[in-house]
Amino acid sequence: MKLNSQRTQNIAFFFLFLATFLVVLPVGLIVLVIIQKGLPAINWQFLTDIPRQGMRAGGIFPAIVGTIYLVAGAIIFALPIGLLAAIYLSEYSKDTLLTRIIKLAIVNLAGVPSVVYGLFGLALFVIFLKFGASILSGSLTLGIMILPIIITTSREALESVPYSFREVSLSLGASKWQTIRHIVLPNAIPGILTGTILGLGRAAGETAPILFTVAAFYLPRLPESIFDQAMALPYHLYVISTQVPNVDEKTRYGTALVLLTLVLVMNLVAIIIRYQFRKKKKW
Amino acid sequence: MIMRKFKEFIIEKLIFCCGTAVIFFVALIFLFLLKEGLALFKIISVPSFLLGKNWYPISEPPQLGILPLILGSLYVTFGAAIISIPIGVACAVYIAEVAPKNIKEVLKSGIELLAAIPSVVLGFIGMVTLVPWVKHTFGLPTGLTAVSGSIILAFMAMPTIVSVAEDALYSVPRAYKEGALALGATHWQAVYRVILPAASSGILAAVMLGIGRVIGETMAVMMITGNSAVIPSSILQPVRTLTATIAAEMGEAVVGSEHYFALFAIGIVLFLISFAVNVTADLFLHKKR
Repeated sequence: MKLNSQRTQNIAFFFLFLATFLVVLPVGLIVLVIIQKGLPAINWQFLTDIPRQGMRAGGIFPAIVGTIYLVAGAIIFALPIGLLAAIYLSEYSKDTLLTRIIKLAIVNLAGVPSVVYGLFGLALFVIFLKFGASILSGSLTLGIMILPIIITTSREALESVPYSFREVSLSLGASKWQTIRHIVLPNAIPGILTGTILGLGRAAGETAPILFTVAAFYLPRLPESIFDQAMALPYHLYVISTQVPNVDEKTRYGTALVLLTLVLVMNLVAIIIRYQFRKKKKW
Repeated sequence: MIMRKFKEFIIEKLIFCCGTAVIFFVALIFLFLLKEGLALFKIISVPSFLLGKNWYPISEPPQLGILPLILGSLYVTFGAAIISIPIGVACAVYIAEVAPKNIKEVLKSGIELLAAIPSVVLGFIGMVTLVPWVKHTFGLPTGLTAVSGSIILAFMAMPTIVSVAEDALYSVPRAYKEGALALGATHWQAVYRVILPAASSGILAAVMLGIGRVIGETMAVMMITGNSAVIPSSILQPVRTLTATIAAEMGEAVVGSEHYFALFAIGIVLFLISFAVNVTADLFLHKKR
């Protein structure tokens, strides 16, 4: 009997291990395949030249620049609002119905399908506010999309600062805002940074929200103002892999590699910052 | 002193405004979907929109029934759920209960990275590897099928399922497990008979959130399911989902046309589905034990 249940446990744990392997294996495989097939395409010209011959030759520079503009715009919009919202939830809100509704709204905002963000951006920014298909419209759409990530991670960081820190500061005569500004925020910065980087990575990789709000199919020059359309890496990858025939496989893999590297490096940096922070934490 | 009090008063009001801004944004999204989408129902009725069997948006007059698209989404989602739920939950149990501490951290980071891969990259990889494989294995005229979409989407649902389910398993009080072990149960018996049931509502929430992610996923699905808006008869046929329809057709739809209204009406349907999924999952997560 004892032997039997022990054997059952071994079999069960083996299957659990197998499942875990199945989840993690594709990450490695995808990264490996894309590096192996994409690396030969990467050279200075590919990264710094405009696309030529209907995107079959040349480089992807405008798409890289477009993505950087969009991501920067999104974070300029989302970080202040997200951080202040996190401060509200962690320092000011009490356990009321309003707080409950705010938390539910965050969950819902995180769950709205990305293409619905695209529709919303089209209706509000492009048409109603007459920004047109522009970097401004795309950035604002992406900014609202990454708000939940920034709020949730920043709030966790703020709440992990021990309560005694606040009590000491308040007992020395500091006001509530002075305590937040000088005691709570500095101790939460690594966590807030993690959230910000995760938000950046998400904004850089999304395609559906920028489809109708900013993305240009083919625009072989750099955008000149925030009211210009722009190319973007994820949309460019979509275009050259489904919309344009006879694009060299190498070019597709190369574009995928640049996008994947951008996004995964940001995520790795966020993971490392979090890890270091947890290790060093003195409390 | 008064100046500082005033400054702090302003700052605190600003913090309050930002705190409530999220509610404002959710409402704003819904309002603008309604603003552009409701006009459709002056032209056709809600039942003939939801249950209409034909989606020919540019024929004259346009036929705007989204039943084929709803079924397309259901087929793909159902397939992804069958693959991702057992694997995802098993992986969560492994990470929460079996894996040694240092391996646990590595696995969790790996799963975070899987979640971070942009959907357009997964779609691209699916196109060049999975689609030819499906075509070859099942001897089909095309590999762009519902089942290809299901497989790729399963990998997009898994990170959500694993991380939420792992949290739920982790938050089961230690005393439950210790009690079971003290009574002579093996570790697996404790997991299977005590910890899993105790975490069941959290795991259910994990599954719902994972499926919610699948229903809303757009780019990968558009690239590998073949985009044919007919009622599918098997999972080995091309299908078109609700999300892919919006993404593929909005670029061509004339602003203010029936086609344009219909795409926004699909957006309303998607918004309501994700709203229902998230609110229900949230209820499960906050259920008092």
